[in-house]
Amino acid sequence: MSSVSLPTPQPAQSASRRSWLDALGARTVIGIPFLWLALLFLVPFLIVVKISISESDGIHFKEMFVFTDGHLQWNVKWGNYAFLASDALYIRTYLSSIYYAGVTTIICLLIGYPFAYFMARSPATWRPALLMMVMLPFWTSLLLRVYAWKGLLASNGVINDLLLAIGVISEPLKMMNTSFSLLIGMVYAYLPFMILPLYANLVKLDLRLLEAAADLGAKPLTAFWKVTIPLSKAGIVAGAMLVFIPCVGEFVIPELLGGPSTLMIGRVLWDEFFSNNDWAMASAVAVVMVLLIIIPLAIFNKSQTENAAREKGRI
Amino acid sequence: MTNAAVAVQHQSVKADDSFLTIRKLTKKFGDVAAVDAVSLNIRKGEIFAMLGASGCGKSTLLRMLAGFEIPSSGAIVLEGQDITSLPPYERPINMMFQSYALFPHLTVEQNIAFGLERDGMPKGDITTRVTEMLELTQLKQFAKRKPHQLSGGQQQRVALARSLAKRPKLLLLDEPLGALDKKLREQTQIELVNIIDKVGVTCVMVTHDQEEAMTMASRIAVMKSGGFLQVGPPREIYETPATKYVADFIGNVNLFKGTLSVDEPDHVVIQTPECQHFVSHGITGTLGMDVHVALRPEKISLQKKAPTPQERESAREDGFNCVQGIVKNVSYLGSYTTYHVKLSTGTTLKVMNTNDARHDDHRLDWDDSVYAWWDGSDVVVLTQ
Ligand SMILES: Nc1ncnc2c1ncn2[C@@H]1O[C@H](COP(=O)(O)OP(=O)(O)OP(=O)(O)O)[C@@H](O)[C@H]1O
Ligand SMILES: [Mg+2]
Repeated sequence: MSSVSLPTPQPAQSASRRSWLDALGARTVIGIPFLWLALLFLVPFLIVVKISISESDGIHFKEMFVFTDGHLQWNVKWGNYAFLASDALYIRTYLSSIYYAGVTTIICLLIGYPFAYFMARSPATWRPALLMMVMLPFWTSLLLRVYAWKGLLASNGVINDLLLAIGVISEPLKMMNTSFSLLIGMVYAYLPFMILPLYANLVKLDLRLLEAAADLGAKPLTAFWKVTIPLSKAGIVAGAMLVFIPCVGEFVIPELLGGPSTLMIGRVLWDEFFSNNDWAMASAVAVVMVLLIIIPLAIFNKSQTENAAREKGRI
Repeated sequence: MTNAAVAVQHQSVKADDSFLTIRKLTKKFGDVAAVDAVSLNIRKGEIFAMLGASGCGKSTLLRMLAGFEIPSSGAIVLEGQDITSLPPYERPINMMFQSYALFPHLTVEQNIAFGLERDGMPKGDITTRVTEMLELTQLKQFAKRKPHQLSGGQQQRVALARSLAKRPKLLLLDEPLGALDKKLREQTQIELVNIIDKVGVTCVMVTHDQEEAMTMASRIAVMKSGGFLQVGPPREIYETPATKYVADFIGNVNLFKGTLSVDEPDHVVIQTPECQHFVSHGITGTLGMDVHVALRPEKISLQKKAPTPQERESAREDGFNCVQGIVKNVSYLGSYTTYHVKLSTGTTLKVMNTNDARHDDHRLDWDDSVYAWWDGSDVVVLTQ
């Protein structure tokens, strides 16, 4: 081949090639976590869905599609779902799960917001230490920490002993295995998940906006409601979702700290799987739970997207 | 209030002439005084600019007026009322922030209405006032937009509208055009002054751009390390700077160091290494004292031949105010040209001449030997 016939690379061509490579790179980077989620979340979820609607002879699940006599047979059983919808106990358990998760979220927000607010307003040199303290509980296993609460709240636990000793009460208070102990445990365990996103949001707040509000006649409390709260909405939503979603399906804390009256769907799920060995029913319970969680998640996602759009616009 | 009462009030303000009075205002951060015993009177309706290098305390002074910083000592009196310890939300003062500080979660309309709502103004009145402000700042078509959907210039106008909406007695502007590019800034300066004039609000602004201060302000204060060096109208500050720092800070200037060699009531002569400066007015000083001579580049004439006594208006100045040198740099800048003339003493003289046709036939070029001369009335003697 002579040198004359060698095509000279066109700048435009190489530029488009570069952007094509960039796009490939971007897709790969985004693709890996997607693949991860598809393999470890979507596929298992579909398996659970399949189990929940499969006919079973007690030991094996029947094939869902059977080809007999030249036509396709479809073995789908909606019975588990029908049972879920008709049994008041399940419905009550779902509602009570949502109730406890909701109350936990609200208490976490009420405690976490002031905490995150003052952390964000504290001198910059203190912040890493305060942040460290928020995350300190993660250094010990959740299980151990929840057990510790048992020791604190029990009838012969630390708190009752102390109150009896100083004569505030004459009989031990019943704190364990009530909704009180359940909520304490859940708030305690999930508080950092509320504080961290709120802190990340509040620390970014432009303090000149508060000056502008004061300048325009807003007293500090008004400025807080009209400027700080609306601008930290994304943090509130993120924190609330991070607390609410895992709380709905929480199993360990209700199991250890909750009582017979504190129904939580996580425990029902456990019972169906391991006590009743009814996998199909357990799967149906799980599927409905996931669907219940997906709705607030969609709201969360929407607000995040809006927020991202706003951030983008500001730059 | 009746119209008559308003008129009376205006008159009484006019009578004592000071709308805003600052008395010995000081702000210390630790041991350092960011603002050091500043006193000032500002008249109603004037645009007052504080000008100074970075860190001289301009923003701190402005923030004390707004109420964001509590003065270490001193007093601020607005229309006879001592507001020194009033919180910002109770002062009849509004500020336009350097970075605008528009509320990102509110639309243009809502931003403008924010202050009015805080006052508990009825809804209908708010709408009327907001519309009025949108018209004033030509923002009508952007009313429903959020700040991030606006250009820098439009955001600046929203900030202005927001700070004017409450009809403050005093408007504070912190580097009002600092975030705009040069061309837009020049255009906006005039616009801003027109709007402020139309509203008739008294205005204190801070800038480090001297052109901006000269264009917009009726009076300028030049600040250095927390204090005022000189306060006066732009022309006065430019033509008769009080100190070497002011002369150097405002515009271009040639400074010569010398001594007072003749001290008469109607004229003085300053001896500098470059030449003898004849100054056609008296100064307060003693013979032999060290002084500086300041000369604006545009006051200097430049030509190849020595100036004749006829060219010089005053025969008395013959032999004075004239130096010889070599052109070392010529920058043609369209409407004018700047020259750097190297004198035999090694000093470089900056000269600026407008490019009218007259100069064309004897254009000056690099390495031309030239005479530079000026009038005794254009020389400024600086004793500090
Ligand atoms: N909160 C503060 N704490 C300590 N020192 C401060 C504080 N605010 C300002 N200063 C100091 O006070 C001095 C004046 O600051 P100021 O912000 O008023 O300057 P400026 O004239 O506005 O400057 P620039 O043109 O750069 O905005 C500076 O030396 C600054 O370091
Ligand atoms: Mg400043």
